[in-house]
Amino acid sequence: MDPMSLKDISPDAVILWQGKGISLNATILFTWLVLLLLTLVSWLATRNLSAGIKISRWQNLLEALVSGIRNQIHEVCQRKTDRYLPFIGALFLYIAACNFLTIFPGYLAPTGSLSTTVALAICVFIAVPVFGVADQGLRGYLKRYIQPNVFMLPFHVIGEFSRTLALAVRLFGNIMSGTKIVAILIAIAPLFFPIFMHALGLLTGLIQAYIFAILAMVYIASATRTQQEKEEAARSQSETTANQTSLDNRKEIGKNG
Amino acid sequence: MDNSTLIGMASIITAGLTIAIGAIGPALGEGRAVAQALSAIAQQPDEKNTITRTLFVGLAMIESTAIYCFVISMILIFVNPFWNYMIAR
Repeated sequence: MDPMSLKDISPDAVILWQGKGISLNATILFTWLVLLLLTLVSWLATRNLSAGIKISRWQNLLEALVSGIRNQIHEVCQRKTDRYLPFIGALFLYIAACNFLTIFPGYLAPTGSLSTTVALAICVFIAVPVFGVADQGLRGYLKRYIQPNVFMLPFHVIGEFSRTLALAVRLFGNIMSGTKIVAILIAIAPLFFPIFMHALGLLTGLIQAYIFAILAMVYIASATRTQQEKEEAARSQSETTANQTSLDNRKEIGKNG
Repeated sequence: MDNSTLIGMASIITAGLTIAIGAIGPALGEGRAVAQALSAIAQQPDEKNTITRTLFVGLAMIESTAIYCFVISMILIFVNPFWNYMIAR
């Protein structure tokens, strides 16, 4: 299997097999492979979970991953909810796996194709209103669009579309530029320099996966904000009372001491 | 000079100019953002996690303008519609 030539801009152009009216390009094949790998690894790792002290290595890895993603989600949306964990976690793990597997020669990252990234961005585009409506009802969600006044409606709508486009083009541009730079360097200085750029590409790939997931979370959090503000007000109130009680306790301790 | 030469020349020069000019703004912006974030971390090391996360998200936002320019120049070089039209004719 020969990798992408210098002339092709994305793995979409690498046709591996052509049937009657159907063609299998590298993007589809490697997407299937990544999905298969992720499913297989999670199935093998979650086959015999244990709640005891002795856990398998794979369970340890998955626990660290899931709790890390969960903490990040909690920090961004500032409330303890696991509702967004499957969606955001799947986005992050899929993009990170796509970008990390480029260490294998012959593999082309599916995220380097605009079709994949647009599909992921459309998932976020649909998920934002779905979570927003589920959180504060249809009226509450639509009210957000005319928030300061009704003249802001077109800007909100344009913003919705432009950020989806930005999400797709950002991921595509970063991954595509990484592979392109490696390809150009292989053509002009093939000995050591492509390795450094490849390592940089791995770092960029992980950061882009993180950014994609965090931005999706930020968009969802902004669609469910009013609820959050209510809860924050309640929490700050309870915090002040807690501080008051701790102050009282300290005073009492001081009195007793 | 025939049309295909003109189109090729204009595409290559425009692609170079696009990425050259398009890299200036984001470079200045990212430098400013990182400098501000570093001084913020120096002043408040406890808020390091929040600052770093916000910095990354902000950098991605700033960088996306440069990425747009890069994508445009890549389109001009690799999948130029005018060039393809001239070649197909």
